Amino acid sequence: MSNEDVLNPKEMPHEPEKATLEGKNKFIGFWFFLGGETVLFACLFGTYLALNGSTMGENTPEHLFGLELVFIMTMLLLTSSLTSVYAMYHMKNNDFGKMQLWLGITVVLGLGFLGCEIYEFYHYIHEYEFTFRSSAFGSAFYTLVGFHGGHVLFGLSWITALMIRNARRGLNLYNAPKFYIASLYWHFIDVVWVFIFTVVYLMGKVG
Amino acid sequence: MRGWMGKFRSLILFGALTLFLSGCGVENMTALKPEGYGANLLFDLMMISIAIMLFVFIIVMAIYTFVLIRYRQKKGQEDYIPKQTEGNKALEIIWTVIPIILLLVLAVPTVQATFDLADTGAKNDEDALTVEVTGNQYWWHFNYKGQEITTSQDLYIPTGERVYLDLKSSDVIHSFWVPSIAGKMDTNPGENVNSMYLEAYEEGVYWGQCAELCGPSHSLMDFKVIAVSQEEFDQWVEDMQNVDPKAQPETASAQEGQELFNNNCMSCHAIGSGGAGIAPNLTNFGNRTMIAGILEPTKENLVDWIVNPDEIKPGNQMPANLVSEEEASKIADYLLQLKHSEVTPESAGKNNQE
Amino acid sequence: MSTAVAQNRGLGAVIWDYLTTVDHKKIAHLYLVSGGLFFLIGGLEAMIIRIQLMEPSNNFISAGLYNEMITMHGTTMIFLAAMPIIFALMNAVVPLQIGARDVAFPFLNSLGFWLFLFGGLILNISWFTGAPDAGWTNYAPLSTTSPGHGVDYYVMGLQISGAGTLIGGINFLVTIVNMRAPGMTYMRMPLFTWTVFVTSTLILFAFPALTVGLFLMMFDRMFGSAFFDVALGGNAMIWEHLFWIFGHPEVYILILPAFGAFSEIFSTFSKKRLFGYSAMVFATVLIGFLAFMVWAHHMFTVGLGPIANSIFAVATMAIAVPTGIKIFNWLFTMWGGNIRMNSAMLWSVAFIPTFTIGGMTGVMLAAAAADYQYHDTYFVVAHFHYVIVGGLVFGIFASLHYWWPKMFGQVLNEALGKWTFWLFFIGFHMTFFIQHFLGLIGMPRRYWTYQEGQGLEVGNMISTVGAFLMAIGTLVFIYNIVQTAVKGEKVSGDPWDGRTLEWTIPSPPPHYNFKQTPLVRGLDALWVEKSEGKKGMTPAEPLGDIHMPNNSILPFLMSLGLFIAGFGFIYQVDDKMWLILVFIGMGITLGSMLTRSVKDDLGHHIHKEDLEKGAGE
Repeated sequence: MSNEDVLNPKEMPHEPEKATLEGKNKFIGFWFFLGGETVLFACLFGTYLALNGSTMGENTPEHLFGLELVFIMTMLLLTSSLTSVYAMYHMKNNDFGKMQLWLGITVVLGLGFLGCEIYEFYHYIHEYEFTFRSSAFGSAFYTLVGFHGGHVLFGLSWITALMIRNARRGLNLYNAPKFYIASLYWHFIDVVWVFIFTVVYLMGKVG
Repeated sequence: MRGWMGKFRSLILFGALTLFLSGCGVENMTALKPEGYGANLLFDLMMISIAIMLFVFIIVMAIYTFVLIRYRQKKGQEDYIPKQTEGNKALEIIWTVIPIILLLVLAVPTVQATFDLADTGAKNDEDALTVEVTGNQYWWHFNYKGQEITTSQDLYIPTGERVYLDLKSSDVIHSFWVPSIAGKMDTNPGENVNSMYLEAYEEGVYWGQCAELCGPSHSLMDFKVIAVSQEEFDQWVEDMQNVDPKAQPETASAQEGQELFNNNCMSCHAIGSGGAGIAPNLTNFGNRTMIAGILEPTKENLVDWIVNPDEIKPGNQMPANLVSEEEASKIADYLLQLKHSEVTPESAGKNNQE
Repeated sequence: MSTAVAQNRGLGAVIWDYLTTVDHKKIAHLYLVSGGLFFLIGGLEAMIIRIQLMEPSNNFISAGLYNEMITMHGTTMIFLAAMPIIFALMNAVVPLQIGARDVAFPFLNSLGFWLFLFGGLILNISWFTGAPDAGWTNYAPLSTTSPGHGVDYYVMGLQISGAGTLIGGINFLVTIVNMRAPGMTYMRMPLFTWTVFVTSTLILFAFPALTVGLFLMMFDRMFGSAFFDVALGGNAMIWEHLFWIFGHPEVYILILPAFGAFSEIFSTFSKKRLFGYSAMVFATVLIGFLAFMVWAHHMFTVGLGPIANSIFAVATMAIAVPTGIKIFNWLFTMWGGNIRMNSAMLWSVAFIPTFTIGGMTGVMLAAAAADYQYHDTYFVVAHFHYVIVGGLVFGIFASLHYWWPKMFGQVLNEALGKWTFWLFFIGFHMTFFIQHFLGLIGMPRRYWTYQEGQGLEVGNMISTVGAFLMAIGTLVFIYNIVQTAVKGEKVSGDPWDGRTLEWTIPSPPPHYNFKQTPLVRGLDALWVEKSEGKKGMTPAEPLGDIHMPNNSILPFLMSLGLFIAGFGFIYQVDDKMWLILVFIGMGITLGSMLTRSVKDDLGHHIHKEDLEKGAGE
């Protein structure tokens, strides 16, 4: 099949993710998708800002949040974004092994973040009896942060699936776009977290 | 194409004719015969916008008619290829700039009217009359602030004075609308209270409706605004403030009815200014324009309503068959003689036949 | 695919082919058939509404059922009839107009369709268990407190079909950005493609707001959260805002492709280039942009205050300017032309006065204070039927007559087409013109009944009679389709003396659309060649192997999984055992996604030698 030859060129081009029409489509389509995701999170942020005062007199943001844990989470996620940049750097240099290594580190950091988040929720529910149903603030908080957490989980599963699937055959023009957009997704998750950190935690603690 | 235009023209004529046949609607319910300040202001705004829009429409239709008659393919010209015009700068600028000007002309009175109708700052003045309006599935509750008057369904106001309304809801969103006096405003649940004002020019009984879907009986959530002269209103206020909720009725049947009412109905309903406010306040019930907002105030209708409310207003909260038909008849006797004020819908002069 | 071939292959093979197809032309058929069916269901609901309102204090259907009827009528018509039929046209036409062999993501194209269909099925299955009854706008707290599962069906159905729409929007954006034939610059794109491009952008940025709104509604109803529950500090206004941040752009999502189609039809049947093409493009983009700035004009009476109301009023009025530009450009496209009046053109010509009236009442409604009288009355009902039926449905009829030969290789019967038009057109104005006045004389919308002596009898009767005419017109159209299909007369690739690329290839087009990608040398690419005396396009490439995507059942399975999970979500409120369905459904969906991710799908080639023999045609 001639496809095989096309997708496995003797020499990988500089930007393997955009070397085929399919790759270009994926690349631009995924950017559009992230545009839609931005609106989705904007709506969730709007809802949160409308309801973050509706605490029914108990469990206010100021009372609940501890910045230490959130700071660690932020560091984990920011670092994982950086490591995924390294992975993409190695992809462009056609160094599959190093790419896999850095993606692996990304996944580990992401798992660390997710663990912290689960611990945080567990803590709120059991120490403070602050749940999804306590107040409109509770609903808005868990929905916004939970949506982000869900994205993290999906991103981790996705990257892991890609790593396992392609572990033995290495990089080609068919899977390079897939790796690339997975890393784009990961960056997006990271950017959303920066906003959550600012709007939910910092403003909650200060305001 | 002439046939087409002809049909279009006859359509407009047809519309105008039916409009003529049905008049401008019923006097006390239409937005087209304003009887109060708000409705009048809005009617003027409507007329300005219709005038501007008709102007545009006529121009469009003139070009349209000309084009379709003049440039329709003629026999033997099937292969004629017209000049492929790309556009015309001057024309395009004209039909961009003129609409902008027209819209600015419309925008000015729009903004003025919007601010005018939102001007309820005076509602907290000492001599201002402010009524707290609560929408409920499917009835209206009126609480005259600082007056110790509570009533339902019939809202008495004096003519020539601005009556301020604080609007809220006890359940879902409703919308308070008296087309011939003022525009509508939603009643929201929770702390989200809206304000508006009514100012009726003339005495009259004006039809009010709920204008936001609120459940099965949304279309049956009618009420009345009764505008009376200032003297009559003062009289009404005095009468309403001096209601004796426990006053004994004259006939034996009504007396039994009172007892039955107290035992069965008082946990939700009330007479006088107190009460739970779970169900309509029935003070002055004998003078109401309608039963449940939609039935003629006859005894027969009232008994039907008490026994089988769900058949008349589906989905409402009043339990069915709480009392027997015989008991309901006595309760009806009691309620229909509750005429706490000499000021009645008849006092409102014209339109009082509703 | 011709009927002869279909008969040879047997029914099972045809069904399997449609279940797995990723061909944009067949997906267009799927969208058209299912959208058409939902259109008939929605129409039936409309007829029941009109019969109930025929006379005062009528009891044809109960109050509760009436509310279900209006809710399902609105929801069905917008989400399950109008949207998919537009997607049918987009799929059938856009790749051909830009000289592409398929869309950018054929697999996602199929997924988008199946998501829509299963979402629509969920919504309509609710008829058997109690339909949603809080209006298509589904305002909280009426919706959050609505008993039974009706509103749950609304939430799940729209969530699933909304995801399909979003996918479709992204697909067409990328298709138009990346897949245009050589020489087709943005300013040489046919106007229909332009409007689809802007519509897709609106879908991309508007639908996530609905997604969030539906999630919050779902959480409130099914998992006890308190977004709209004032008792726990919630705020019912959030739903209204989210709904209209989506809902207003949605109106333009619907109308813009119709604008595009009318532009093509006016131009073709006047034998003239579209007047002021660049102004038309600019106006389309401007309308799309303003669409996001005006959502609160649906909320003038909720108490946003005079400042917000004024701003949104003026912003709304501004939309009249680009819309007016379009109307005049259409008129001047016909000016000096050689106008052929066939069915497609009749619908387009009728659109202009109808839509102008809709636009006029739109500006009237935009005057915030005056809206205190119009809001939620039959005036509004009349207005939005004038724009949506008068704009979009007229547009759909026009487009179907215009592109039917390209989609199915046959021309619809002209005489029947004119019957449909006159019945529907007269019926439409009878039904809705009078409703302006019904609203002004005090009839609120969504009224199950009205009282005797309110002066509403005559108007409502006229309206109902008109609705019957519209129904008969629709039936004639269906008869037309059947009759045309039975006759089976073949038509050439270019029956209308067309101007754009879709008319350069056979009707219906072969599987791969273009044997050789055409070279585009200007706006109205085919017309440019015709005016130089050439018969067809100059190819931009030598004849070679064509790469095509493979069929797949996975989109169907993914959607089926969500369909199953949807029922689990709806009924787990009653009994946690239903969660099993959630796990099974999500398992199917996620499993299919994983399969898609790990299994390479490289597509196949149609070889040069086969092309020369005419394979796939």
